[in-house]
Amino acid sequence: MKIKRSGVAAIALAAAGALVLAGCTSGGAEPTEAAASSAVITVNNTEPQNPLVPTNTNEVGGGLVLQNIFAGLVYYQADGAMEYDVAEDITTEDAQTYTIKIREGLTFTNGDPVDAESFVKAWNYGAALDNNQLSSYFFESIEGFSYDENVPELSGLEVVDDLTFTVKLKQPESDFPLRLGYTAYFPVPASAWEDIEAFGENPIGNGPYMLDGEGAWKHDERIDLVKNDEYDGPREAQNGGVDMILYASTDAAYADLQGGNLDIIQEIPDSALQTFESEFEGRTVNQPAAANATIVIPERLAHFAGEEGKLRRAAISHAIDREEVTEVIFNGTRTPAHDFTSPVIDGYSEEIPGSEVLEFDADLAKQLWAEADAIAPWTGSFQIQYNADGPNQGWVDAIANQLKNNLGIDASGAPIPTFNEHRDLITSRATQTAFRAGWQFDYPSMFNGLGPVYGTGAGSNDGDYSNPEFDALLDEGASATEVEAGIEKFQQAQEILFEDLPAIPLWYTNGMGAWNETVDNVEFGWDTWPILHQVTKSE
Amino acid sequence: MAGYIVRRLLQAIPVLLGTTFLIYFMVFAMPGDPIVGLFGDKTPPPQVLERIRAQYNLDQPFIVQYFIFLGGIFTGNLGTSFSGQPVSEILAATFPVTLRLAVLAVFFEMVAGITVGLVAGLRKGGIFDASALVVSLILISLPIFVIAFVAQFVFGIQLGWFRTTVGTGAPIQDLILPALVLATISFAQISRLTRASVIDTDGQDFVRTAASKGLSRSRIVPVHILRNSLIPVVTYLAVDFGVLMVGATVTEGIFNVPGVGRTLYQAIIRGEGPTVVSFVTVMVLIYLIINLLVDLLYAVLDPRIRYAK
Repeated sequence: MKIKRSGVAAIALAAAGALVLAGCTSGGAEPTEAAASSAVITVNNTEPQNPLVPTNTNEVGGGLVLQNIFAGLVYYQADGAMEYDVAEDITTEDAQTYTIKIREGLTFTNGDPVDAESFVKAWNYGAALDNNQLSSYFFESIEGFSYDENVPELSGLEVVDDLTFTVKLKQPESDFPLRLGYTAYFPVPASAWEDIEAFGENPIGNGPYMLDGEGAWKHDERIDLVKNDEYDGPREAQNGGVDMILYASTDAAYADLQGGNLDIIQEIPDSALQTFESEFEGRTVNQPAAANATIVIPERLAHFAGEEGKLRRAAISHAIDREEVTEVIFNGTRTPAHDFTSPVIDGYSEEIPGSEVLEFDADLAKQLWAEADAIAPWTGSFQIQYNADGPNQGWVDAIANQLKNNLGIDASGAPIPTFNEHRDLITSRATQTAFRAGWQFDYPSMFNGLGPVYGTGAGSNDGDYSNPEFDALLDEGASATEVEAGIEKFQQAQEILFEDLPAIPLWYTNGMGAWNETVDNVEFGWDTWPILHQVTKSE
Repeated sequence: MAGYIVRRLLQAIPVLLGTTFLIYFMVFAMPGDPIVGLFGDKTPPPQVLERIRAQYNLDQPFIVQYFIFLGGIFTGNLGTSFSGQPVSEILAATFPVTLRLAVLAVFFEMVAGITVGLVAGLRKGGIFDASALVVSLILISLPIFVIAFVAQFVFGIQLGWFRTTVGTGAPIQDLILPALVLATISFAQISRLTRASVIDTDGQDFVRTAASKGLSRSRIVPVHILRNSLIPVVTYLAVDFGVLMVGATVTEGIFNVPGVGRTLYQAIIRGEGPTVVSFVTVMVLIYLIINLLVDLLYAVLDPRIRYAK
């Protein structure tokens, strides 16, 4: 996952599936004939919040750097489709043991070979609890992983020969290969282990770009990348390099775009949401990405358990006019939800049975609420907890008003000053109200949007939802060896979610960006990031 | 004089200890777990959280954390940020930038403020005085971010005279626009202050004496009027310099200046205790030194002022 602190506005690193780039205006999609140029493009970014070690980078600032200076076993195309990069092939017979072959002759920019060791050592390092890596839990499904003791070497990882290794999982997980384009699974060169701290400051990768020498990361100012001429893979850079300018505020970055000091901006400040599409006409993007926003209603809340709870949840969902909120509050920069995942995810459908519950219908909402009242009369007020340091107050208040008007109940937002405190209250289960939540896909798979969020006992299941039927369907989907069969199970699992509504889906977060006339072939991916290697710039 | 300086410096020690303790306590008492925040909207396994908390000593009681930090100060180790950068390095990178910005801003407001104030004060009630009053009132009533955004839009984007934000290394030419923005509000204050002070001094006996003994107006104004009018202005400038040195958070954010204000703000949001406290410690130190310098400067400007042995 890539994390952005504003919470709901955040878009993550992962995503994919068969996305039709809705709203992707002219500009990038069809590659022009322009030959690769040596001009360096500039793009805004934020100061990485962790050392640039693949297993320790889980937020957008560092993620964008690593995505461009490393090449993983696989990578994701703009539409989220997975392609092999470093991998020659990845095979399995039972979705539990995978044999991974690496292409021959690949090297890191310091000359170290990209071999089986470079993956296995990096993964072992990331998984060992003593190393305190933020992304350690990405290895939890590999055999041998433990949260209770430090495991220096996972028993599920085995080097077969220089270019081959096998991965044995604790249970079948058919989307495992899909994950391998995520930052945490990148290889690390042998020489890095001598001084991993120095490596975090000056990482050496095997991707389309490399850092422009020692100290290319000028903290809080910029990170300069140059083209890696040795890179041999599907993402060869069509420009001479990328200068990432680090901004503390998106407003400043936007001003630089207007002033011509920046080629590409990968997010749009709230102040420009209404104007950016006319100001940079034909050079903007505003499309759903692999991230969604929900309101979680924990079952422990009074009136929200059992049959009464189901009726109230459905009533609340019907009472929310998602179209209106996304238009009026967000100027069309959110896309109303039709499921629990995202339109860029493979297997996405607007037609999943039960998804009608997401349609606005004030009369039905009132009726359902009245039915619930017949079981046990409603008391108290309905509150939605959110962090006030992100752009949340507007939409929370709007939804609270809709609930007030359409259900005739007392509803309001419950602001918490900071994001840290908001999350702290949720994870310690001190929150005694509904709360806003968001999920940013780590990798483009439907399972990733369901399992970790709604599976019984799953890490991010902050509402403590549990339904054995749902769990069983997830397991069946995960162990399916064919993608189609898996997706079918995951869609059936969503049918159960629509009935139980552990969280009320609101909308998908859009990826937004704009660019100047100086650059061509700009395209944004499923993860909301610009695909930098294909951008061309006139000298 | 030397004894006075030593005494003032010794007084600084308990002040520093007290402020670091208070600030550390406030950061500690800030609600919310910064480590949970590192994971965004996702919930990491509790075992992972515990270990990372321990890595930053966040599992220790407050007083232990404080003494670990204090011990670090004396060994020159101020801790590291979450991104692994030593705090001492962050200090060394940001303070020079803010220093340049502050010096530039103080220079602008001093030159413009004193000139306008002096002219307005000498021609009290004239057209210049009246228009200076109107302009300063307008500037004083404008919030700084309005001035900053307008200046950035007009001079940066529309006219292209300045770079819209500050480029790498924060070169002086890029800092001019943010410095001018910072100077506007204080310019208004200083010109009002100088004007009042000049009018006051102009009516003093020693000025009349100087005139009656035949000194020219061009000698009286700079030597007798201006110099004696400057004491309140110098105090104000020094305080303002101190304020600018501890970071102009809003302006630095708008112009993307990699200075103290911007960095401290982000550290507070992230809950990076060591960074916040180190910054504040240096800020307190700067404040103390500047105040000492001002007190010494009084004696230079007004020979009647003496410091007790």
